[in-house]
Amino acid sequence: MSFLGLFLMVFLVVHLGINLCLLRSDGGEWFNAAAHFMGTNYVVKVFEVILLACFILHILLGIILQVQNWMSRPVRYEITNKTYTPFLSKYMIYTGSVVLIFLILHFMNFYFIKLGWVSNIHVSPEGEPNFYLIAQDLFIQPVYSIIYILLFIVLGFHLNHAFQSAWQTLGVNHPQYNTFITRFGTVYSIVVCLGFIFIPLYFLLIR
Amino acid sequence: MKLILKIWRQKNAKSQGKFVIYSLDNISPNCSFLEMLDILNEELIQKDEDPVVFDHDCREGICGMCSLYINGHPHGPDDAVTACQLHMRKFKDGDTIVIEPWRAKPFPVIKDLMVDRSAFDKIIQEGGYISVNTGGAAEANNILISKEASELAMDAAACIGCGACVAACKNASAMLFVSAKVSQFALLPQGKIEAKQRVKKMVKMMDKLGFGNCTNTYACEAECPKLISRSNIARMNREFMCAKII
Ligand code: SF4
Ligand code: FES
Repeated sequence: MSFLGLFLMVFLVVHLGINLCLLRSDGGEWFNAAAHFMGTNYVVKVFEVILLACFILHILLGIILQVQNWMSRPVRYEITNKTYTPFLSKYMIYTGSVVLIFLILHFMNFYFIKLGWVSNIHVSPEGEPNFYLIAQDLFIQPVYSIIYILLFIVLGFHLNHAFQSAWQTLGVNHPQYNTFITRFGTVYSIVVCLGFIFIPLYFLLIR
Repeated sequence: MKLILKIWRQKNAKSQGKFVIYSLDNISPNCSFLEMLDILNEELIQKDEDPVVFDHDCREGICGMCSLYINGHPHGPDDAVTACQLHMRKFKDGDTIVIEPWRAKPFPVIKDLMVDRSAFDKIIQEGGYISVNTGGAAEANNILISKEASELAMDAAACIGCGACVAACKNASAMLFVSAKVSQFALLPQGKIEAKQRVKKMVKMMDKLGFGNCTNTYACEAECPKLISRSNIARMNREFMCAKII
C-alpha cells in the first residue's frame, strides 16, 4: 500500500505539471505537445503500464485490507470510539472511494479517448484528439468544475494522511524527522490540491 | 454521587448479550472505578442477582487484567491510566456511564465484561522471549548496552498486555502490542540473535488470529495506559521487512 501510494504521489506531481500547461494562453500548444509526448514516448508508455498496475493494486489491496478490518470486529461498540485521531485518518476507504469515482470519470473523459474507446469531437487534422479543447469544454461547465474541485479537496485529505502514514508503514519514524515528514505531507497535499483546483477556477472565472 | 450505569450483560460466550441499566447512589468521588463496580455487585448479590463479571487483579495498573470500554474509551476518559486506576471524580454527579467489553474477533466475550485475551498469549508463544540456556549467571557488564537502547527497550517493555490498543483501534489491530513485544528484544543484543524469526512468527500469528491491519490512525497510542509509542510499530515494520528481504 505504502510503496504504491508514494509512487502515485510522485505521478500526481508530474500530472499537475502537465495540467498547469493549460494555463498558458497559447491555444493549447504546450498542453497538447505534452499530451502527445506522454502518448507516444516509449519510456512513458512503460511507465503508463506500471502506473496502471499501481492504481489497480493500490485500490484492490485497499479494499481487501478494509474488508479484513471490518471483519476483525464483528460486534460493534454501542458507543462509537471517542479516541482522538488525526482528522479524517479513519476514513481513508471513503476518501479513497470518492477518488476512485473521480478516476473512472477522468478515464472516460481523457484516457479512454486516448485509447480510442470513447469517441470525441475535437480531433486534429492528423487524427489526434485535441486534449486542450476537450479539457476546456469540460472546465467551462460549472457543474463539472465544482465536482472536480470538491473531489480534489477530498483527495487532499486522502493525501494528507497518506504521506506520513506511508513512511510509518515503511518503518521511517525518527523523532528528528517525524515533524518534517508530517509537515511535508501537509504542504504536499495542499499544494497539489490547490494546483489542480486552480485550473478549473481559471477557466471559469479568469479567462 | 448518583450514577446511571448501562452495562453489557452476557451469560456466556454463546448467548446473546444485552445492555442492562442500573442506578447507584452515594458513590464517593474518591472511589476507584472498580470499587464502584464492587459496590454495585454487593448490591446485586444482596438482591440475589448475578453480579457483573469483569477482569481485574493487581488494581494498581501493572497486571493488565482490567479491560473496560467506558463511554467510548478503553480504560475510560483519563489519560495514561488503566481502568483500575480511574477514579470516580473523573465523572459528574448524575452521569450515565456505558460500560462495554473489549470488542474484537480474537477477543471473544467469556461473560459480561470479561473477554478471552489468550490470543495475546499465543502471539507471545511464537517468539516473545529469548532462549536462555541454563548455566551460571553471566557477568552483567560483559554485554555493553547504550543508555538510549536500554531506555527504549524499557519503554517498550512497559506494555502490560491489556489489549486497550486493540479495543481502541477501528481495525482491532494488535500492532502496538506486538511491536512493543518485538521492540523490547530487538533493541537489545540478547534479543538480536532470534530477532528475525521472532518478528516473522509473531506477525504471522497476529494475522492468523484475525486481528485487523494497521492504518496508522494512532488510536492505540492515544489510549495506551503505558504510553507505548507508535515508533515501536515503525520499528517492527523495519524489522519485519529486513527479516523478509535479507
Ligand atoms: S501496547 Fe499499551 S494498550 Fe496495548 S496491550 Fe500494551 S499496554 Fe495495553
Ligand atoms: S487490575 Fe491490574 S492493571 Fe488494572
